[in-house]
Amino acid sequence: MIHFVLLISRQGKVRLTKWYSPYSQKERTKVIRELSGVILTRGPKLCNFVEWRGFKVVYKRYASLYFCMCIDQDDNELEILEIIHHYVEILDRYFGSVCELDLIFNFHKAYYILDELLIAGELQESSKKTVARLIAAQDSLVETAKEQASSISNIIAQATK
Amino acid sequence: MAMHGMRGLSVFISDIRNCQNKEQERLRVDKELGNVRTRFKNEKGLTPYEKKKYVWKMLYIYMLGYDVDFGHMEAVSLISAPKYPEKQVGYIVTSCLLNENHDFLRVAINSVRNDIIGRNETFQCLALTMVGNIGGREFAESLAPDVQKLLLSSSCRPLVRKKAALCLLRLFRKNPDVVNVDGWADRMAQLLDERDLGVLTSSMSLLVALVSNNHEAYWTCLPKCVKILERLARNQDVPQEYTYYGIPSPWLQVKTMRALQYFPSIEDPNTRRTLFEVLQRILMGTDVVKNVNKNNASHAVLFEALALVMHLDAEKEMMSQCVALLGKFVAVREPNIRYLGLENMTRMLMVTDVQEVIKRHQVQIIASLKDPDISIRRRALDLLYGMCDVTNAKDIVEELLQYLSSADFAMREELSLKAAILAEKFAPDLSWYVDVILQLIDKAGDFISDDIWFRVVQFVINNDDLQPYAAAKVKEYLHKPAVHETMVKVSAYILGEYSHLLARRPGCSPKEIFSILHEKLPTVSTTTIPILLSAYAKILMHTQPPDQELQNQIWAIFTKYESCIDAEIQQRAVEYFALSRKGAALMDILAEMPKFPERQSSLIKKAEDAEVDTAEQSAIKLRAQQQTSNALVVTDQRPANGAPPPVPVGQLSLVKVPSMITTEDNGTLSKVDPQPPSADLLGDLLGPLAIEGPPGATVPSEHNAVSGLEGAAEAVDGSAIVPVEVETNTVKPIGNIAERFHALCLKDSGVLYEDPYIQIGIKAEWRAHHGRLVLFLGNKNTAPLISVQALILPPGHLKMELSLVPETIPPRAQVQCPLEVVNLRPSRDVAVLDYSYKFGANMVNVKLRLPATLNKFLQPIPVSAEEFFPQWRSLSGPPLKLQEVVRGVRPMPLSEMANLLNSFRLMISPGLDPNPNNLVVCTTFYSENTHAILCLVRIETDPADRTQLRMTLASGDPTLTFELKEFIKEQLVSIPMVPRAPAAAPPAPPAAQLTPQIPANDPAALLAGLL
Repeated sequence: MIHFVLLISRQGKVRLTKWYSPYSQKERTKVIRELSGVILTRGPKLCNFVEWRGFKVVYKRYASLYFCMCIDQDDNELEILEIIHHYVEILDRYFGSVCELDLIFNFHKAYYILDELLIAGELQESSKKTVARLIAAQDSLVETAKEQASSISNIIAQATK
Repeated sequence: MAMHGMRGLSVFISDIRNCQNKEQERLRVDKELGNVRTRFKNEKGLTPYEKKKYVWKMLYIYMLGYDVDFGHMEAVSLISAPKYPEKQVGYIVTSCLLNENHDFLRVAINSVRNDIIGRNETFQCLALTMVGNIGGREFAESLAPDVQKLLLSSSCRPLVRKKAALCLLRLFRKNPDVVNVDGWADRMAQLLDERDLGVLTSSMSLLVALVSNNHEAYWTCLPKCVKILERLARNQDVPQEYTYYGIPSPWLQVKTMRALQYFPSIEDPNTRRTLFEVLQRILMGTDVVKNVNKNNASHAVLFEALALVMHLDAEKEMMSQCVALLGKFVAVREPNIRYLGLENMTRMLMVTDVQEVIKRHQVQIIASLKDPDISIRRRALDLLYGMCDVTNAKDIVEELLQYLSSADFAMREELSLKAAILAEKFAPDLSWYVDVILQLIDKAGDFISDDIWFRVVQFVINNDDLQPYAAAKVKEYLHKPAVHETMVKVSAYILGEYSHLLARRPGCSPKEIFSILHEKLPTVSTTTIPILLSAYAKILMHTQPPDQELQNQIWAIFTKYESCIDAEIQQRAVEYFALSRKGAALMDILAEMPKFPERQSSLIKKAEDAEVDTAEQSAIKLRAQQQTSNALVVTDQRPANGAPPPVPVGQLSLVKVPSMITTEDNGTLSKVDPQPPSADLLGDLLGPLAIEGPPGATVPSEHNAVSGLEGAAEAVDGSAIVPVEVETNTVKPIGNIAERFHALCLKDSGVLYEDPYIQIGIKAEWRAHHGRLVLFLGNKNTAPLISVQALILPPGHLKMELSLVPETIPPRAQVQCPLEVVNLRPSRDVAVLDYSYKFGANMVNVKLRLPATLNKFLQPIPVSAEEFFPQWRSLSGPPLKLQEVVRGVRPMPLSEMANLLNSFRLMISPGLDPNPNNLVVCTTFYSENTHAILCLVRIETDPADRTQLRMTLASGDPTLTFELKEFIKEQLVSIPMVPRAPAAAPPAPPAAQLTPQIPANDPAALLAGLL
């Protein structure tokens, strides 16, 4: 299973963290620091796997961002590598050629999408289309609620005038 | 692009991005946290929109790495908000900020449950996602049935059901005891007929978790899995959106093959044939393509197929296809594929009959040892280690040595340990072995543990031919400008004993040897000085004719250390000084160290426990046969039948067998030589701590009694007890003896040993410190087994009485022999059953460890917090309470570790330790001397690093605390770690003879302790 997902920028800034195994706050900070040290220093033409504390970390760099997923030693590394790519493709489709800035200002979106992709550290949906449809449905729910809210507040505002 | 974004949040993020340095960022964050805090305090004025915004800000700040120690409640409270936008934020932020151990989550359980059982599909999804990501025990207890219902409900849409499947997986994985999956086999089989591939993928993950727990219940799912795989592999009926770069859901394919690997075999020939067709198609049909993603996805499937083929132990032809593929992979440039090629080739070593093919790729693998990528280098090292045998050891070890000088620090320890183990296991000749170890000490002295250098000393002592060679070698090293302290230790020991053999060579006069050794004295620590003193005493003794000047020099040193603050040094100085005035009497006392009993290296033993690898086993066997052996042999003069009542000590004679045990290639042994029953059996018997000469042991057999002999020379190692003048045939045991033993340590009945003629079963009952075992000796043949003998070699702490064993076992008959056991005191030593019989003209002799292990005398006891803590506190500090950080733990989930401990009757008491990563064990130990003693154990694991943990043990008896600690450690540690010698004191040969009551000074005892 995937124990956690990290998105780290080349400068070592954290853009997203998702923990499927229980880590305390202190451990999380330590893990991030340790792994940034290991992964960001790796050269470009090396393999996408790092052995770390009895686990394996599968990572891939997209432009300025490193996507990392930590798995058990006997898990299938390439499968995870393609989950990363699958996630990136979905982000790309959603934002329209995604860049780091999108993920900085809309980090909550990155979380929503990840939740449609993985649960309990396992792949939930392998169809990009389905994920896109579900996220669009969520967005429209939020929009509708907003419109309703504003119309209600208008009514209240007018009523209490 | 900011989609219906929150302005306040965007502004804050921009502010953070515009900060010039960390300090500014901190100021901005502190300001914002202050702001959020005041707003939360006055919650009434907060609109849902604002609340949402602040909660997101908190998450952002948290992600930047700042502590956010408030506002968790606000995030959790959003979960119960009535509207979707707030609820969504509540769920997602909660699942990011908190983990399953937070108390706040409890507050939310009711709202979560309402959402799950409610009619609103979107709310169901949110709730299932959060529980699936961070759900803990309480969630499992209150929600599992509801989640199960959703998964099976026909009215639910796929988007809910796939989430329910993974949510259930989480709850089951975390708390298999809470989630009731009785009768789920049919439901799982039904779920595998699912048309929606999203639901099917999630269900398959759930199945993997279920079969990994209990494959027997789910055999009906097996043909369905094969069917799914067939459908995917043929790309039949897979919607376009579920193909990934043209490959039908590679993830589902991988998952399905993973599930299949949990079934031990596939009985149905049709299913098996279909599966092999699919696998064949994957193996042959996967080509390297240009598109990276397509390539990765297809190879993900291919590697999983390889794993499944290995698991199913396919026909030879298919196996060689796999090896051929892997051979191709280890040579490609693409680093991922090469990495995986190396990794899977290491796994392939487990499969029989492919070692030779793998060896053909040795050059390529050695090249990977120099790859710029440390991940690949690690894999190459592992593989080289695994594939090493007598034929290629020299090449591989020399490569490792060469690589050692340039290797990263992170790898040196592992590298030197592996090189040492290989050198010992597969040395073509012993002088080469000495060369390798000395080079290791020279190049990586800091990483060489004591047992490595003890072992080389042991070899030198036991092999007369090697002594002058080793002495000359170490002397060369001492001339180097910087010498590692371990090298000083080895050299001092070897030169002390054997430098006189070099006396005629130039530069090797006693005086010269003394001066090169003595030069090092100012540079070494107090643990090395005693060894140097012993060496001086021995050099002085060997100086013939006596050299007055040298004597004065050495005496001056002894005099100087007579007042040393270190007791060990002081004692030696005083004793050697007194002894060296005795003239001729010195010769006897300081005589050369006697040979060590032949025993298996602690390093190798540990390595073997770690990897049950047929290839290596066979190589070890070969090696064991080539090795010269100076074993101590106990002659068994009165072969008696049965074991009459205990007689204190029978006659015993120690015979030194100087001759080599020569073995012909086909495994038959020359009749004149006494010889071990078979290398395999012997290796097994030399199990951890099995058989040290127990002090003052009373052996309940009138012949073949081992008296409690202690000290360097006489430490009779049970493993070395070999009946003389017995013509023995190597009868191959069926199954792995060590495995059978380990299994019986956990349960009370089962098969202890089996070969083509006999099966020995065991059934045991344990009550407090008493045990009653029954040995079932079954003759499997149509001819009688004659001259049956069974003896028990008990360790010092067990009183054992075996009832009469009949001399003949009739054809196809089974006899029962009860065996009474009384545990006198805590010890990890193990009793041995020495068993022999004749079948036709063949004499078979087997030595088996008996599963009367420490854990059998434990009785779990539930202890409440009120009882536990006063006890825990009252036992403070060593020797009653011991703590140790254990590294090299076999990585396993916490629940598995808990099961393992429970099965050793070390009962986990949940709830005593608030930290869920810790395990607390309460149990009682029974022995005649100590009666019942409460033992308390706390194991603190590190979820971020499963290879280490900290263990604290407390009991009212120091020996028990220590023995139990070691016992638990043996169960948890797997890889060949290098434990530091328990006693820091170095071996001191002469002192050991002088003061045999100090076992810490006795290298034999030290080595035995390491075994």
